Amino acid sequence: MKNLIALIPLLPFIGFLINGLGRKVLPKGVAGLIGSGTVLASFIISLTIFLQGNYAAPVVHLFDFISVGSLKIPFAFQVDQLTTLFLLIITGVGFLIHVYSTAYMHEEAGQHFARYFAYLNLFVFSMLLLVMGANFVIMFIGWEGVGLCSYLLIGYWFKNVNYTAAAKKAFVMNRIGDLGFLLAVFWIIAKLGTVSYNEVFTAANLAKLSATDITGITLLLFVGATGKSAQIPLYTWLPDAMAGPTPVSALIHAATMVTAGIYMIARSNALYQLAGTTNAIIAIIGAATALLAATIALRQNDIKKVLAYSTVSQLGYMFLALGTGAYTAAVFHVMTHAFFKALLFLGSGSVIHAVSGEQDIRNMGGLKKALPITYLTFLIGCIAIAGIPPFSGFFSKDAILLNAFAYDKFLWAVGLLTAALTAFYMFRLLFITFNGSFRGTEAQRHHLHESPIAMTLPLIILAVLSIAGGFVGIPALFTEGGEKLAEFLKPVINPEHTVHVEHSTEWVLVGLTTGIAVAAIIVAFLRYRNYKAEQPSAVGRLLENKWYVDELYNGVVVKPINALGSFANSFIEKSGIDALVNGVGKLVNYSGRQLRWLQSGQVGSYVLLMVVSMVMFFVLQFFLRR
Amino acid sequence: MPINYYIFLSLALFIIGIIGVLTRRNVIIVFMCIELMLNAVNLLLVAFSKMHHLAAAGAGNAVNNVGSEGQLFVFFIMVVAAAEVSVGLAIIVMLYRNTRSVDINFLNRLKH
Repeated sequence: MKNLIALIPLLPFIGFLINGLGRKVLPKGVAGLIGSGTVLASFIISLTIFLQGNYAAPVVHLFDFISVGSLKIPFAFQVDQLTTLFLLIITGVGFLIHVYSTAYMHEEAGQHFARYFAYLNLFVFSMLLLVMGANFVIMFIGWEGVGLCSYLLIGYWFKNVNYTAAAKKAFVMNRIGDLGFLLAVFWIIAKLGTVSYNEVFTAANLAKLSATDITGITLLLFVGATGKSAQIPLYTWLPDAMAGPTPVSALIHAATMVTAGIYMIARSNALYQLAGTTNAIIAIIGAATALLAATIALRQNDIKKVLAYSTVSQLGYMFLALGTGAYTAAVFHVMTHAFFKALLFLGSGSVIHAVSGEQDIRNMGGLKKALPITYLTFLIGCIAIAGIPPFSGFFSKDAILLNAFAYDKFLWAVGLLTAALTAFYMFRLLFITFNGSFRGTEAQRHHLHESPIAMTLPLIILAVLSIAGGFVGIPALFTEGGEKLAEFLKPVINPEHTVHVEHSTEWVLVGLTTGIAVAAIIVAFLRYRNYKAEQPSAVGRLLENKWYVDELYNGVVVKPINALGSFANSFIEKSGIDALVNGVGKLVNYSGRQLRWLQSGQVGSYVLLMVVSMVMFFVLQFFLRR
Repeated sequence: MPINYYIFLSLALFIIGIIGVLTRRNVIIVFMCIELMLNAVNLLLVAFSKMHHLAAAGAGNAVNNVGSEGQLFVFFIMVVAAAEVSVGLAIIVMLYRNTRSVDINFLNRLKH
């Protein structure tokens, strides 16, 4: 059992080593096979653990990692219910995306193809470390690892300067968040002297922390989460991250990595339940992010950008849930979101593949005849994310909105509005892309084709999951013995108080949510079924330019730092440090030139000088001693 | 005889040597002045050595060879001086052969 658990992250790591080191000799087929095979093996092991359902001793100690004085940080894994759920999502969805990638990336040269799979495997390894670690330090290793892989994969086509800039942006923004995480870990070590979950989250240890400690630690951890999970104010990297290959966007920037923040907070729920202020901040930021990103998504024309902003928006939902104390609902939404967002991204990849790399939906249209499977699965994904029953998104979104309703009516209203916007922009995307008539070039029209089986099969599997995935968390409202997920996660996530809403109220809420989503879809249908290019209004332009947030950050943060840098360069460096260094050189040169006159070559004068100085020494000796 | 006389004599010899080196242009004379300085030092060494020996004897702890180090050094200096003279004279001879003079200022040309 112990070895089996260690194998889960080890297998992708071995895959990374083989593909990374052998990238110049491995044929494409082998590289793809190794890449997908290792993840599949991890998935099978995870599935075995899940089916055995034996969580009696979740912590598996592998070896001592850091041992300094009284501080002992073991390299240990903790495989409990929450981790198992994430293991299944990561390796399961990850495997499907690996398979999809073998077809999607087939045009790459062999060396880059293997490099791609090496990065992807390294990512899976890091993500597994993140969710399996039994303490904050192991989690941090994974936390940094996924950031690195995200950077590597966004900048995968490193010859394009814009893409590398996007990669750098993602890395820097993640680093800002990581600093918060690191400070929180230091704070925990300083107060408790341990970082292991099962020691930190004991009642005795939590009682040692003052209210300030708890607020500080939770807030700093949340700063880390805003970076990794793309929340205000650090969300702008995620839309730019779409520079990477589409399967990467599906795996890293939709299904797994960006949910690391949610996992971390859900894992620390014992701590967060004590931090009322932080929870309010998380809920507000989550709701604000959800709404802001949803409004931006309304007017984006890049198929992947729409999905990226939708991801940011859905992550905002999850944070809204975390803030309201609905940890199970957040994890539930992570799961369903992983299914339908991976599906949507892979679907968009299939579309991009079909139209020869075009990403602007204004140049698409009428694709549903050429791409029937993609269209159907994309439609399922859209329905799921819009929250139409009985698709998976409905249940998780409903759980979140219900909790928000019980927590604060205003946040609930924001969530509801976002739900409407979500349905609207997703179906706008669907109708513009697949309905109407084709608006691309003739060459593209001839090239139109359905994707190969390696790409459509993952789409179909994910579509099935998007339909059925919600039933694990079906609320008690609809059926006896529901809430299976909450039951399953109870040993890890055990909220002190649960929400109780009258069934009649709940029915009204469900009806409202569904009705508003359906209405949004109808509006989108009427408006966009025959899309024609239109002149955007003032508000439209504002949204198209993403509220000018990037420009704002540029003006407020980047420009001043650049100005500071050029000031330091021109003033401190040039006229300060350089002047000093050059001055020393000049001084030596000058004094050398002056001293040269002493070296006249007149032997007599040397001797005279010698004698004079000797006499001077004697005189000094005699007179200064007194 | 008091030590002062020795010191003054050797000081006088040394200063004569220095002045000779500084003022004369004939290399041979400069050379002789250098010898003079060396010998001034020798004289002083011998004088102090003798003084040391007598003082030790007066204090009652006389050993035969007390103060002999100074005299030993005199021989060292003589050997060094002899070696120096042999080299120096050879240089002077070469100088004379090349320039038909023994003017020391001619050596300034070595810097070119």
